[in-house]
Amino acid sequence: MAATVSQLNSLEQGYRVADALLDQLQARGYSEVTVFAVRLAVEEALNNAIRHGNRLDPEKKAELVYEVTDECVDIRVSDEGPGFDFHQVPDPTLDENLDKPTGRGLMLMRAYMDVVEYNDKGNELHMVKFNK
Amino acid sequence: MSEPSASSSRMTVEQAGDVTIVELKDRKILEEMSIMQIGEQLNAMVAQADIPKIIIDFTHVAHMSSSALGILITLHKRVREKHGQLRLCCIQSAIYEIFVITRLNEIFSISQSRTEALGDLA
Repeated sequence: MAATVSQLNSLEQGYRVADALLDQLQARGYSEVTVFAVRLAVEEALNNAIRHGNRLDPEKKAELVYEVTDECVDIRVSDEGPGFDFHQVPDPTLDENLDKPTGRGLMLMRAYMDVVEYNDKGNELHMVKFNK
Repeated sequence: MSEPSASSSRMTVEQAGDVTIVELKDRKILEEMSIMQIGEQLNAMVAQADIPKIIIDFTHVAHMSSSALGILITLHKRVREKHGQLRLCCIQSAIYEIFVITRLNEIFSISQSRTEALGDLA
């Protein structure tokens, strides 16, 4: 199956595309647990790309590319922002960070997806979830 | 016996004595706008109370984002600053797992049921 490519300039648009992605997972019999995990990770990725990367600038585009097979869903989310150093993101589960209201998105993506990797610049995310 | 109080499209609010019970109505607390609205309403409740006692009922919540966790953390701090109490209850297992993964189950007081939460605040 060919990859689905969507250009996004708002979170609302991103969520609609995410819903279509999740519909495909359900259609292929992915478990509820897996669909939940992918929904959470994709929403976090979109939030990071559009809110943080593109700073909600409607002139800037984010891109969501996904391919669903019976074996896995492969997802790429990119933005036109400056990127970030994903190695420097503090661990939100450390005692000193527990009461901070931000900084959990990347951690949750890593917890729920099987593959989470960024390009060197930090503005393109690649995630994979296997159909278990 | 609880009495209905001010509600909105995002939540129903009841009073049970000096305890405010907030039942979140959104299945998905993911969209930024809904998170902001929920946060604003909850923070207003805390601001209005001398010593806030608040239960947030998650019965209807099936999806949540890290931004929503952030709202809860900020709320928790504000309640604590006023020497109040905040309880979360009726959290579905998949959502509770998010609290565990982030260790926020160690920060928040989480009850299985509304009755248990009310008992804790008595």
